[in-house]
Amino acid sequence: MLKDLFSRWPVIQQIRTRSAGTGAEAWSDRTRNLKPKTAGCDVSRGVCPYCGVGCGQLVYHKDGELISIEGDPASPISRGHLCPKGANTHQLHTHPGRLKKLKYRRPYATDWEDLDLDTAMGMIADRVWETRERTFEETRDGQSLMQTTAIAHLGGATLDNEENYLIKKLFTGGLGMVCISNQARI
Amino acid sequence: MSGATDHTGIQPGEITAFLTDSTLCIGCKACEVACKEWNDISADGFDFTGWSYDNTGALGHATWRHVKFVEGQITPGIGGNSAEQFSWEFSSDVCKHCEVAGCLEACPTGSLVRTEFGSVFLQPDICNGCSYCVISCPFGVVQKDEDDGRAFKCTFCTDRQKAGLMPACAKACPTESIKFGRHDELRIEAQVRLATLQARGMADAQIYDPTDSSVKGIHSMFIIRGEPETYNLPPKPEVPSIYLKEGWKSAAFEAVAMVGAVVASFFLLGRKG
Amino acid sequence: MPGLGTSVGRGGATTAQQSLADSDAILIMGSSMAEQHPVGFQWVVEARERGCRVIHVDPRFTRTSACADMWVPLRAGTDILFLGALIRYVLENDRWFKDYVVHYTNASTILREDYVDAEDGAGLFSGWDDEKKQYTPETWLYEGSEPKQSGGSHAGHHPAGGGHAKDRGGEAGHSEQFETDETLQHPRCVFQVLKRHFARYTPELVERSCGIPKDVFLKVAETYIAASGPQKTGCICYAVGWTQHSTGVQIIRAAAILQLLLGNIGRPGGGILALRGHASIQGSTDIPTLYDILPAYMPMPFFEDDAKNFEAYVKKHTTEAGLWSKFETFMVSFLKAWYGDAATKENQWGFNYLPRVTGDHSELGYWLDMADGKLDGLFVMGQNPAVGAPNGRLQRKAMANLKWLVVRDLVETETASFWKDSPEVERGELRPEDIGTEVFLMPAAGPAEKSGSFTNTQRLLQWHNKAVDAPGDARSELWFAYHLGRMLKERAARERNAKNAALNALTWAIPTRGSVGEPDAESVLAEINGRNLTTGKLLSTFEDLKNDGSTMSGCWIYTGVMPEEGRNRANIREAKDSLGHGWGFAWPKDTRIIYNRASARPDGTPWSEEKKFVWWDSEKREWTGKDISDFKKDMPPDHKGDLSKGGLEALDGDKPFGMHPDGRGWLYVNSGLKDGPLPTHFEPLESPVRNPLYPAHQTNPPTNKKERPDNRYANSPGDPRFPFVLTTYRLTEHHTAGGMSRALSHLSELQPELFAEISPELAELTGISPNDWVTIVTPRALISARALITARMSVLEIEGRQIHQVGLPYHWGWKGLVTGDVANDLLALSQEPNVRIMETKGLVCNLIPGRHPAGHAALDELHELLEERP
Repeated sequence: MLKDLFSRWPVIQQIRTRSAGTGAEAWSDRTRNLKPKTAGCDVSRGVCPYCGVGCGQLVYHKDGELISIEGDPASPISRGHLCPKGANTHQLHTHPGRLKKLKYRRPYATDWEDLDLDTAMGMIADRVWETRERTFEETRDGQSLMQTTAIAHLGGATLDNEENYLIKKLFTGGLGMVCISNQARI
Repeated sequence: MSGATDHTGIQPGEITAFLTDSTLCIGCKACEVACKEWNDISADGFDFTGWSYDNTGALGHATWRHVKFVEGQITPGIGGNSAEQFSWEFSSDVCKHCEVAGCLEACPTGSLVRTEFGSVFLQPDICNGCSYCVISCPFGVVQKDEDDGRAFKCTFCTDRQKAGLMPACAKACPTESIKFGRHDELRIEAQVRLATLQARGMADAQIYDPTDSSVKGIHSMFIIRGEPETYNLPPKPEVPSIYLKEGWKSAAFEAVAMVGAVVASFFLLGRKG
Repeated sequence: MPGLGTSVGRGGATTAQQSLADSDAILIMGSSMAEQHPVGFQWVVEARERGCRVIHVDPRFTRTSACADMWVPLRAGTDILFLGALIRYVLENDRWFKDYVVHYTNASTILREDYVDAEDGAGLFSGWDDEKKQYTPETWLYEGSEPKQSGGSHAGHHPAGGGHAKDRGGEAGHSEQFETDETLQHPRCVFQVLKRHFARYTPELVERSCGIPKDVFLKVAETYIAASGPQKTGCICYAVGWTQHSTGVQIIRAAAILQLLLGNIGRPGGGILALRGHASIQGSTDIPTLYDILPAYMPMPFFEDDAKNFEAYVKKHTTEAGLWSKFETFMVSFLKAWYGDAATKENQWGFNYLPRVTGDHSELGYWLDMADGKLDGLFVMGQNPAVGAPNGRLQRKAMANLKWLVVRDLVETETASFWKDSPEVERGELRPEDIGTEVFLMPAAGPAEKSGSFTNTQRLLQWHNKAVDAPGDARSELWFAYHLGRMLKERAARERNAKNAALNALTWAIPTRGSVGEPDAESVLAEINGRNLTTGKLLSTFEDLKNDGSTMSGCWIYTGVMPEEGRNRANIREAKDSLGHGWGFAWPKDTRIIYNRASARPDGTPWSEEKKFVWWDSEKREWTGKDISDFKKDMPPDHKGDLSKGGLEALDGDKPFGMHPDGRGWLYVNSGLKDGPLPTHFEPLESPVRNPLYPAHQTNPPTNKKERPDNRYANSPGDPRFPFVLTTYRLTEHHTAGGMSRALSHLSELQPELFAEISPELAELTGISPNDWVTIVTPRALISARALITARMSVLEIEGRQIHQVGLPYHWGWKGLVTGDVANDLLALSQEPNVRIMETKGLVCNLIPGRHPAGHAALDELHELLEERP
């Protein structure tokens, strides 16, 4: 070990290689073997979730973990580039403030509590059913109405087309909810 | 277009460079974020500076790309791209990767090295935090992280370059204001670009690549409008070791004078006998 | 959207961002494109470097202005004055593109004798009902168009309407019947009416009222107009800087008129690029989570209006000519997608399963109902109204009236925690112990954790592929909607009654896979695309849809995205050219620049070699060129329309705008817009200036201010309590209400605090120093921000006095790594007449040095300022 340390000493290096001691002779093994963290990763083709430009993204991942999200050079719109938000898509998925557990607030409570997902889904279905039972109108003045205005929905511009489709289909086509809106105004 | 890839085709041993062109910069700071994401750099403070849109402030151990915002004259009818005046300029600062680097010369541990791409690389597995590099950089780029104990700066994405990829900042930049490529080619491109800008009447456009200083040129060149001082860039950056030469000279003089004095004193003593 | 929809036929950008590289002039207005669409802006820079002139018109000198050749400051809210003046300049100086205008627009169409223009009505068009505060548009119809006897309201004019639907006047009258004067001399032809309408929008008026020096205006006009004609084109880019006004739709109409007069629509480097702000906002209006439309812009049935039965509904919305003549086909196929076997000819294809619209069910409409305690439950998915919606205090207090709230997002948003730590709780206006709202905060999957498609600002569908599983409880909205639907359907199957009829009829067979039971997104896209139910085969074009129940399609404008099993064109990434053919799928039919028939002369040859795009190949007898033709492929340019055939065959071969029953671009909109057939200048709802053109009508007459004690307005014009103009906007570094940026350190440190941009003159006037705290007050609220003093906010000379403007970005809230006051608390909840969008771009405010106090003292201060200031 001492011999190793000695041989790495810049002065010795300089004498040995007759160089300044700041070039390849001074590289550590780590430096010599540097690889990008994306080496050996799988890549999925993605689309930026922020604005409406629709930049292409390459999503590098390995063993179920996101490693890096970068621009897709093949995109005819973005040509590999990203703005600061698009460039931050990896942190968007992995930052410590990301919600991972469902939070539930009882009426009149002052804090959140835990609740498991399946139970919550059942409770939500119950709430929808119960409100609908009370407020749904099948007809009015002899004409078909099939509507409830007591439940509303907000959101869509950040969601997939397939998601918007099922939401509208279920909420409006199935449940008769007419109060549906999204951020197509902001 | 289909087939367009990340690979630059540049081989190790070819000297690479940045050419950061303010006249194409839109001040978006994608470079700052892309760098932080790639290098997993933590936040550098959440401080409102009031310096136009620049809350980053300066390069440091946790900021390796820094977009400067300089407000000039605002006149109705005149846009920022007009040759007529300097309205609001943006310039993305970065480590200069000097041809003759003060930090490199000062480093006593062999942490700072020149890579096969000609960039200056700080090896975090060697650095002991002595900070000699910090005071030796004429641009104030490298800085010590007091919590960590080591100094950090732009790596020129050496890990990416070794795989034939371009640095993260250059890849992200929406308008290719940050150009990455072979040093000699970018030097020519800078000249061509300057000529184009000047032909459009932009008399205040310049290339910042101080080849006539002891730094002997930089691998991160800039095209700016106005003088370097406007962007806190030293017009003639000097490597501290040139002062060392002066120091050696006077030290040598001192040594000779000392020897001379000692010799003379022996004679004098002898006289006294 | 209706601004473009009524003018040219579809409510969406007419071109692709890449086409900007071919522009000879680009006018960016109502947008700071470099900041909000930075990567799209590379195409502007590319054009600029080739010699294209870039003009940015904006109250502030922004990062876009810094990249433009010309920056033109204008008083917030005077966009129609400016655009109207450009229109007038084009007409007065004879600079309009004659062949294009005569053949491709309705310039020659003659209006009725009883039509009264706003110029002759002191600001009102004919048909104004001052009691109901709305127009009856019958006098706006073309001479010779019989009003349709389809009952109910005129199309587009129903009080409950939201303006998104296709009812763009094709149904109000038989507008395929009309008379024209191709010499454009008839005093009642659209061309002459247009001239008279804009006669007073002079460069002098622009100087006096917009604050733009006359020489600057003339330079802009010359620069932009020079980029028109056979060899040159210009593009207009706009965003919410135009739509978020009480005259928003009409501002866009003015831009459309300008582009039609200059012959820019449907041509490379031309068009109108509506820059939309979210990843799939176009998709969310195409496949809408909106109240007044069904997928593909078909209208929701309106109770008592068109919804008596399917026949009446179809009759109302079918046109005799143009693509909407196939309305029944599209609607039947759609109902078959939703209700499958339960939709038969006998039960009117399941038409009565659909709920009817009975009022203003828009966000702002139902939110007021929520404030009045009329709503039980609310789902909020990927949106944050506690910060993003206007009049934040009203928004958050309203939520306290809900019985239950389900929020699905990536982080704990302000909306989810309104009951816990909102300003209302901090000020004691609300107490958690008194709020009975049950809240479910459900983690959502991010885009790299699920597969699906987005439709971007240029109508392009792109598929994102799942890379990793979502963590913990996080699930996609697809998972949520599917499983909730499955559970509710299971219950409905056990309780079969009239109430649950639609739920039971709904088709819901989506395969799921994996440990969490993730639905297969591609099978949903297949349903959206459409299938022939007899053969089972996917459809490759909406032209194969039938009205006999043998086909289904969830959204006919998307048909073709999945033309065969295993071929998802949204997921194909082999771009062959700059426009991106081979990369994704643009609706309709993968056309990248719509209305591209207009890129050729009436005879089918290109206007010029430089701007050659789509042209008629007389040998092959088909349209060919650089894009899919937005025109019947085999219809020759000299085809004479045959009304008896209907549809596209009813239109002439030189009519590019096939969504319109006359095939023309509409300079004048005969029906479909609630506030007039032509754009007219009105002041913002709050303004320091009187309407210079129509002093008797300060603001847009049919606008709904929704004035109430918790939604107050300043007195207009010129409320001395609020002497400064306020405009709100975005920054590059943050995203909307902050959930996707203020939680991330890399973005948060770039813009850590809310700031207000103030000119040095205004700072001196109000005693504010750089970086100091400043409090901004409006009749709704007061908030505090850091003062960023900059010459980029200029003082304007308006009608001989100085008008100061204050700028405020709106991204901050009380959650996340960086926090700040909610800027939208300052805004009023107002509704533009057509699309019910609130006015954020021009209102009034006052400034007070210093930071507002904490707690209830802040409200005391606000009340004092509202009541007691002289």
